Amino acid sequence: MMKRLLAVWHARNLEFVRDRGTFLFTLILPVALVVGMSFVFGGKERPLFKVGVLTRDLQAQSHPFLKERYVDFVAVADPADAVHKVARHQLDLLLDLKGTTRYWVNPSSPKGYIVEKLLLETDHGARRQPVSGDAVRYVDWLFPGILGMNMMFSCLFGVGYVVLRYRKTGFLKRLNATPLSAFEFLSAQVLSRLTLSLSTTVFLYVGTATIIHFHSAGSTALLFGIALLGALSLIALGLTIAARFSSEELVGGLLNLLTWPMMLLSGIWFSLEGSPHWVQMVGKIFPLTHVLDASRAVMLDGAGFAQVASDLAYLAVTTLLFLAFGAWSFKWRME
Amino acid sequence: MSDAILEVRGLVKQYPAVRAVDGVSFAVPQGTCFGLLGPNGAGKTTTIEIMEGILAQTSGEVLYRGTPTGRRFREEAGILFQKTALQDFLTIRQSLALFRGLYSRGLDVDEVIRLCALEKLEKRDTRKLSGGQQQRLLLAIALINDPAVLFLDEPTTGLDPQARRNFWELVQSIKARRKTIILTTHYMEEAELLCDEIAIMDRGRIIAQGTPRNLLREHFAQVLLELPRQPLPPAASALPLKLIEAGDRIEITTDDLDATLRQLMDAHVPLNDLRIRPPNLEDLFLELTGKELRA
Repeated sequence: MMKRLLAVWHARNLEFVRDRGTFLFTLILPVALVVGMSFVFGGKERPLFKVGVLTRDLQAQSHPFLKERYVDFVAVADPADAVHKVARHQLDLLLDLKGTTRYWVNPSSPKGYIVEKLLLETDHGARRQPVSGDAVRYVDWLFPGILGMNMMFSCLFGVGYVVLRYRKTGFLKRLNATPLSAFEFLSAQVLSRLTLSLSTTVFLYVGTATIIHFHSAGSTALLFGIALLGALSLIALGLTIAARFSSEELVGGLLNLLTWPMMLLSGIWFSLEGSPHWVQMVGKIFPLTHVLDASRAVMLDGAGFAQVASDLAYLAVTTLLFLAFGAWSFKWRME
Repeated sequence: MSDAILEVRGLVKQYPAVRAVDGVSFAVPQGTCFGLLGPNGAGKTTTIEIMEGILAQTSGEVLYRGTPTGRRFREEAGILFQKTALQDFLTIRQSLALFRGLYSRGLDVDEVIRLCALEKLEKRDTRKLSGGQQQRLLLAIALINDPAVLFLDEPTTGLDPQARRNFWELVQSIKARRKTIILTTHYMEEAELLCDEIAIMDRGRIIAQGTPRNLLREHFAQVLLELPRQPLPPAASALPLKLIEAGDRIEITTDDLDATLRQLMDAHVPLNDLRIRPPNLEDLFLELTGKELRA
């Protein structure tokens, strides 16, 4: 029995090593994951409080409050945006150090209450500017992330593995013998997956919003548009992988290579605010980041079309690019 | 050839390590069944797949009704590959409807189901079909666009004898509709029964071409003697006869049966298990290449 087992083990190892794409990818993915995780979760211990300071250069300020420990001071340039963040509990306090110190705090924020006490310890004369507004519950913030993640898996893996299976079984080769063009075939796959993905997303949205008592601050039609373009872009991205390869392991690996960075850098679970600038820029490459940024802006802040137009444009352009690349590199049959 | 519906000229397919098709040319008249015969690896499937437009040739051309094959050809050609998997979870009727939707014209799904005797199976999942049923479905799919040219690539390989005969009957009924058929096979019986003209391929080249009857007449004398393969008496090696070893037997062709039998008896060759029969295409292939077709 051992002889047979070893023979099969050896043959499988040879197959794996000789499939160079899969082999290299298997080596690269863990390294990429470790590097990615270290950037996202690494660094100093996270501070307890977050205070915005209206200034261009934080280092040039010498107010004694700025020496407090466990407070993360961030320079902010846009006063209106910063006040809005105080209202939504995304900043615990906002400071203006020009002349007499002024600060904005939301009286209903527990962390705002404590950080205000710390400020007044160092500056008795600071003038209070109360701001009102409801906190963004984490569940409300997470909600679009979960929907987006579900959409990402459905679009990438759904279309990727299906086309791969068609190619491996020879079904694609049979279709190639008909008048069907690669573009027609790919478009049919996109539309089929789009129908499924959008139906699931709408169902999940309605169901979950009912359970967690959530109401979108912005237009539902605009949200649907974001989901539509987002799903299109993600499906087309999946097709770029499925267009060419015939190895399940390689396709599975490449799909993981796409999904894991999106899981970490698209802001599904936590905001990347405060991460290094370049990490945020890398995150902006992925379509899912634009889906989540736009949908959170609409759902939480009531953003309109104009505010999310750049995200929508990015999704539309990437859809066309991915589809064009997929059609160009498409192979009907295995090599 | 003026009435040729398909013409292949100087076809070459070069892979890095092997020349699979090496300068093949032939023409197929409309309404005939043309057979490409040869053992595995002879280049039959590569040739037929280039004709179908599935594979790109290295050089040479394929003409359909006098012009290079293109979109019109895809609309008017029906194809049955050696191996084809269909979409999972679809019934026979749904699979046929899918392919019918890919062509601008063709037969009704009901008509094709009737033609290929699939009435009792039309609601069955295509994954649950026997080998013979699967081939009938694939033939039905190949016929769904009412093709002018039908390609059948080793359509009965792997079928049991009964399923094979049933399939031949189906192909004969399609032939009766004046369809042009291109058939590859390594079953000589199949070729003799269905083909009007055959081309025998070996190592990427056509080594003989013509009607089965003419080819046999051209290459063979009247009869063929078969002896079991056994050690022959020393005198046998000196006989003026061409002895070909074929598997478990020895074959001798002759146009003078009486004289040959006398020579064998004089050489004390045991004739207890001697068989005498007319030569067939299988013998022709052996004669031409020294190899057996299904080796």
